[in-house]
Formats: sequence, structure tokens, C-alpha cells
Amino acid sequence: MTELQARGVVKAYGPTPALRGITLDVAEGEIVAVTGPSGCGKSTLLHCLAGILRPDAGQVTWRGERIDTWSEAARSKLRRTEFGVLFQFGQLVPELTAAENVALPLLLAGTGRRAGRTVAMTWLDRLGVADLADTRPGEMSGGQQQRCALARALVTEPRVLFADEPTGALDTLAGEQMLGHLVRLSREQRTSVVLVTHEPRIAGYADREVMLRDGAVDGTGLGVDVPSPGGPGRSSGGLGLLVGDAGAGSVPDGQR
Amino acid sequence: MLLGLLAQGSRHGYELKRAHDQRLPRARPLAFGQVYATLGRLQRDGLVAPAGQDRDGGPDRTTYALTGAGRDALDLWLAEVEPPLPYVTSTLFTKVLVALLVADAGRAREYLVAQRRAHTARLRELTAVKTDPSATLDDVVAADFAIAHLDADLRWLHTTLERVADWHREVHS
Repeated sequence: MTELQARGVVKAYGPTPALRGITLDVAEGEIVAVTGPSGCGKSTLLHCLAGILRPDAGQVTWRGERIDTWSEAARSKLRRTEFGVLFQFGQLVPELTAAENVALPLLLAGTGRRAGRTVAMTWLDRLGVADLADTRPGEMSGGQQQRCALARALVTEPRVLFADEPTGALDTLAGEQMLGHLVRLSREQRTSVVLVTHEPRIAGYADREVMLRDGAVDGTGLGVDVPSPGGPGRSSGGLGLLVGDAGAGSVPDGQR
Repeated sequence: MLLGLLAQGSRHGYELKRAHDQRLPRARPLAFGQVYATLGRLQRDGLVAPAGQDRDGGPDRTTYALTGAGRDALDLWLAEVEPPLPYVTSTLFTKVLVALLVADAGRAREYLVAQRRAHTARLRELTAVKTDPSATLDDVVAADFAIAHLDADLRWLHTTLERVADWHREVHS
């Protein structure tokens, strides 16, 4: 069943177009990687899908209901209940302990402090960081912080998790372990995931990949036009450089 | 590999085969003949020696142990640095370059899209192996190795396409 849907979503920052009509479906429990080079619009798309940004045109639908037309207050409530968001840097509140950080979304939703802590503890435990419950973010490693941030994003048992380069600030092993947890929990809870990344290795964790290029979906997955070999590249030695041809002298200055 | 397995204690041929196949689940399983031929060669060279007979309800089986010389050979092998492979000899590298060089744009695109799709599918398959709750450390380590290489191929493919596109833009402008 389709949970989240984008139809012809357009978004510009001033005169600069970021999204030029994106159409995308996310099914229940599906992990979709949104990939593409920097500046292709993948983060903007995530913000539009999560209701953080409002598209200039097009529609975003959540379980059949248009949410792009909702007020900021209504979208904000949706993000606190049905959606979870995880960024490259955990954005934990530095003054609060791990357990307090994780319980925060529950407290905002009206859960009592004690009950909130109990639920937060089970999530910290699922992510293997229960022993850090009373530790503040400043005393944790990047990987530990990001696991706490994931616990906080999942504590309300959202139906969709939006993750924007969630391993971008982590070393390879910490990133792998974080994603392992993310995939396992998503499967267990049937949570859909929109995973923004520029790394093929990270996209490998998804069920499906949607590549963007200049604000549009790139069906080829290549990210660029394949240049015609009949063009100047061949005769003037552009590719010749790569195969040891003698034409290297004519490579323009800008070429590394 | 057999010397490495024997370093953990003496074993007979069948145990060695099983240990090998377990440690390297993605490699081709060892043939029995290959195990015994290799043991014979190692014994001839004095690297392993029979350490006793083991009768476990079936026929007698010879248990082999590492000799002092075998231990030295293993240490020597482990101390030897593998030359970093110059991967430019790979067929993938040649094929992508030839596609960009001589094929018409449509054909090149078709090949590149299909190649990328195959790489991505395999990468996803291996990631599933690795994230399976029943995966052993051996599974994960073997999958990691393959994934790292596929990831490198894909990143190189993208960088190459961008470089070439960039170059074309500069020439045309």
C-alpha cells in the first residue's frame, strides 16, 4: 500500500529551481534511497516529503490526504507523530542526557516524564546504547550520538522515517552499524524509510533507488548525459588521455 | 589457507574442508581431492605431518598437524605484503572506456545503464546477506569485501562520466 506520494513536486529557492516536478511513491515498510550528486535536489525533496518545506507546485499525499496544503502547525504535529526525521548530525540537545533526548518527542506529545523515560530506555536498549542513558551528547562518540538520534526519531513509532545522509559524519564501521540497526528496526516495525545519500554503498541498504539529477528523476541512474563519442572528445584527445593516447596536450586548462 | 586452519590445531582432511567452507562461505567449496592433494604436497615439503589416526565409527582418518617448518612458512606468508593490485587491468575499466570512445552514444548509454544496474543489484543482494539477523561474522566480512569493490566500481563509473561530461562542456563552450 502506498503511504506517501509526491506528484509533480516543484520547489525553487528564489530564481534557482531545486525540484522540477518530482513524482515518487513510497509503500508501507519500503526503504527508498534517494541518490544523486550534491545539488541535485535530494535534500529538498526529503524536506518537501516530510512537510518541513512546502512545494511551490505539485502535491504531497500522506495516506491519501494532501499534506502540502496543511498549516505549519498541522504539519509540525504530523512530524511529531507519524514521521521521524534524522539528519547527518544528530541534533541532540546538548544539555540533556541521552534518555532525556530520546524521551523528548514523547514529552512534547503529553506523555509523563516517568513513562517517557521507560519507553526511551527500551529504544536505547534496542540500539545497543542503554548504558549511555545518563550521558550527555558531548561525552559520546559520533556513532553513539547518531544511534541516540535514531532512537529519538523512532520513539514515537513513526510510519515514515526520513534520513538525510545519516552516516555522513560517521566512520565506515559506525555508519554500517547504524544502518544495520535502522534496516532491522524498519523491517520489524514496517516503517517506511526515505534515505538520502550520495554513496552507492549506503544506497545498497534500500529496497529501491531513485536517482535525482538537476531536480528531476533520472531513470538511467547514470547522473549525466552520455556524451557522443563522435564529438570533439575523440579527435582532440580528451579520452585519449585516459588510454594513453598522444593527444593530451590539447586538454583544456580546467581539466585535471 | 590450510596451514592457517591447521595452526588452530590438528585436524583430518574432512574437518579441514568443512572449516574452509565455513570460514569462506562465498568462496567456491573445496573439493575433497583438492584437500588431500594439497595435504600430500604439504607433507612432502615437510610443512605438515600425520599426527595420528582417528576412528570415528567409520574408516581410519589421518589427522594432520602443522610442523615447525609449516609454522615458519605460515608466518612468512603472513609477513609478506600483497602488492596492491593495479585494478586498471579490469575488463570493466576497458569496457567503459571503449564504450565512451567508440560506441555510439545510444549504445554506450545502454551498456552503462545495464552495467550500473547489475552492480547495484549485486550490491543490494550482498547488503541483504550482511544485514540478515542470522549472518555470521564470516558472512559479514566476506560481504563487506565484495561490497567495497562494487562500491568503488560504481563511484569510479560516476566520476568518469562526470569528468567526461565536464570535459565536453568545456570544449563546447
